[in-house]
Amino acid sequence: MRVIGHVAVNVFKESVRDKVLYNLLVFAALLISASYLIGQLTAGQDVKIIKDLGLASISVFGLLIAVFIGIGLVWKEVERRSIYTLLSKPMRRQEFLLGKYFGLVLTLVINVAVMTAAYYAVLAYMQAVSPPNLRASWPAPATDPALLKAIALIMLELMLVTAIALLFSTFSTPFLSAMLTTAVWVIGHFNQDLRDYGATIPSPLAAAIARGVYYVIPNFAAFDVKLQVVHAQSVPLRYIGLTTAYGFTYIALVLLAAAIVFSKRDFK
Amino acid sequence: MKVHPAAWTALVLLFAAVVGLQMIQAAQPPLASPEGVSTNLLYVRSPQVLQRATLSFQALAADIYWIRAVQHYGGTKLSNDQNKQYDVLYPLLDLTTSLDPYFDVVYKFGSVFLAEPYPAGAGRPDQAIALLQKGLRTRPDKWDLAQSIGFVYYWWLADDQSAAMWFNRAADMPAAPEWLRPLAAVTLAQGGNRASSRMLWTEIARNADAGWLRDQAAFRLKQLDALDGIDIMERVVQQYRGRTGVLPASWGDMMRAGFLRGVPADPAGVPFQLDSATGKVTLDPNSPLNPLPTAGRRL
Repeated sequence: MRVIGHVAVNVFKESVRDKVLYNLLVFAALLISASYLIGQLTAGQDVKIIKDLGLASISVFGLLIAVFIGIGLVWKEVERRSIYTLLSKPMRRQEFLLGKYFGLVLTLVINVAVMTAAYYAVLAYMQAVSPPNLRASWPAPATDPALLKAIALIMLELMLVTAIALLFSTFSTPFLSAMLTTAVWVIGHFNQDLRDYGATIPSPLAAAIARGVYYVIPNFAAFDVKLQVVHAQSVPLRYIGLTTAYGFTYIALVLLAAAIVFSKRDFK
Repeated sequence: MKVHPAAWTALVLLFAAVVGLQMIQAAQPPLASPEGVSTNLLYVRSPQVLQRATLSFQALAADIYWIRAVQHYGGTKLSNDQNKQYDVLYPLLDLTTSLDPYFDVVYKFGSVFLAEPYPAGAGRPDQAIALLQKGLRTRPDKWDLAQSIGFVYYWWLADDQSAAMWFNRAADMPAAPEWLRPLAAVTLAQGGNRASSRMLWTEIARNADAGWLRDQAAFRLKQLDALDGIDIMERVVQQYRGRTGVLPASWGDMMRAGFLRGVPADPAGVPFQLDSATGKVTLDPNSPLNPLPTAGRRL
């Protein structure tokens, strides 16, 4: 565990050196400027739009970090040939891989936490400056704690994307890994269509294949409850619990696959 | 390799020329679009395609389409173009509500944008009703959507039967306000009289969560007050005629005869006009309350 921790901390330090945390400034600027501009552009629902924008931004910024750093985690060490030095130390390949993964997850957690704090600060400001009759028309307060449910599931989604990017980076080039990770993420949002495919095609075989793919491809749509929390619709704890269990199980599966691929890789 | 000094000069001159030409072009009047031809573009019209294309960012895409709809409506309404086109307003609102079916304000405000007569709005109460009914399919317990449908029937389509039916339906929904039931009864019994119009606008002015909608209701209430004022003044003119045998030539005649203490004015403070030949009282053409709805039976 100590070894994994050392690698993870180094990945985090490297991301700080690579100025990854600068995205937080962009996020803060985006939200603050949007909170002013939205009121000028639209008729009502400023808080709803700020909530949507904040959640979407947390998701997009996190996704960009997960994909574009995740794909370089292993490849960079191979390219720099520092992998030889690292693997000659008393460290197993799996520990190296898990350290890389948890390092990026740590970076993401810190990013998402700071973005969430900035998000709530802007929402608290909106709440403070909005007249009481306007606040009364909102389905929930601007600083509704239920928004954290959506953020928690976004974080879980990012952890899964990171694991997938890491898996691809163990055997592929960064460009191809980015393409593949993005493709899996996009297909994961069309899962519902794969399930319903059987209703639109006459071939039972094709329908069975589509249904099979539906169960195998990660269901990223399940992590999206942004619409529900913004409109103060209920998201049952059972749903969150089940999705969390699904997410962690899938992450474990992907990390195990990555560890197997990485352990078989020949660096000579 | 050393760059020739003339190249730098040419670069600066060309840059200045590009900016200068752009400034000249910007000062030109825009090209008029052919009559009946819309310049509004909507690249994606299918809600299903857009729902899929936006992946997990449907709510944000809905916000963008809502802002686009508001800008389209406001920009078209305020433009001096003689050929105003609201043709993408309904598709924009339809896309917005398909992306985010719980976006209540789009149904409520969007129906106002659609129902308002052309050129101030799209002049499509049918589309306003379709939009509100779409909202009700998602949220069957939203009394304010049913009330808005009743309002469109009452105010823009002058269909009292349908209006009363929708007011009643709204009154049956959870958390519906008490005033809906009497409104339905008045609408059905008396049709579009001024009392029911005043009741409707008063409730909108009291309950609307958007400033511009409250302002709109306040404006309509002033118009109702102006109509009341016109009725009163016409009665006073007839009383003058009954006593003197002739119609007054001006408000001054009535003031001297003791019928008035001053020149009567509409709620905007602009004096009413008196037609000395017929005794009819009207708004001054410069009054901001013009045009008073002359569809009549609504007021």
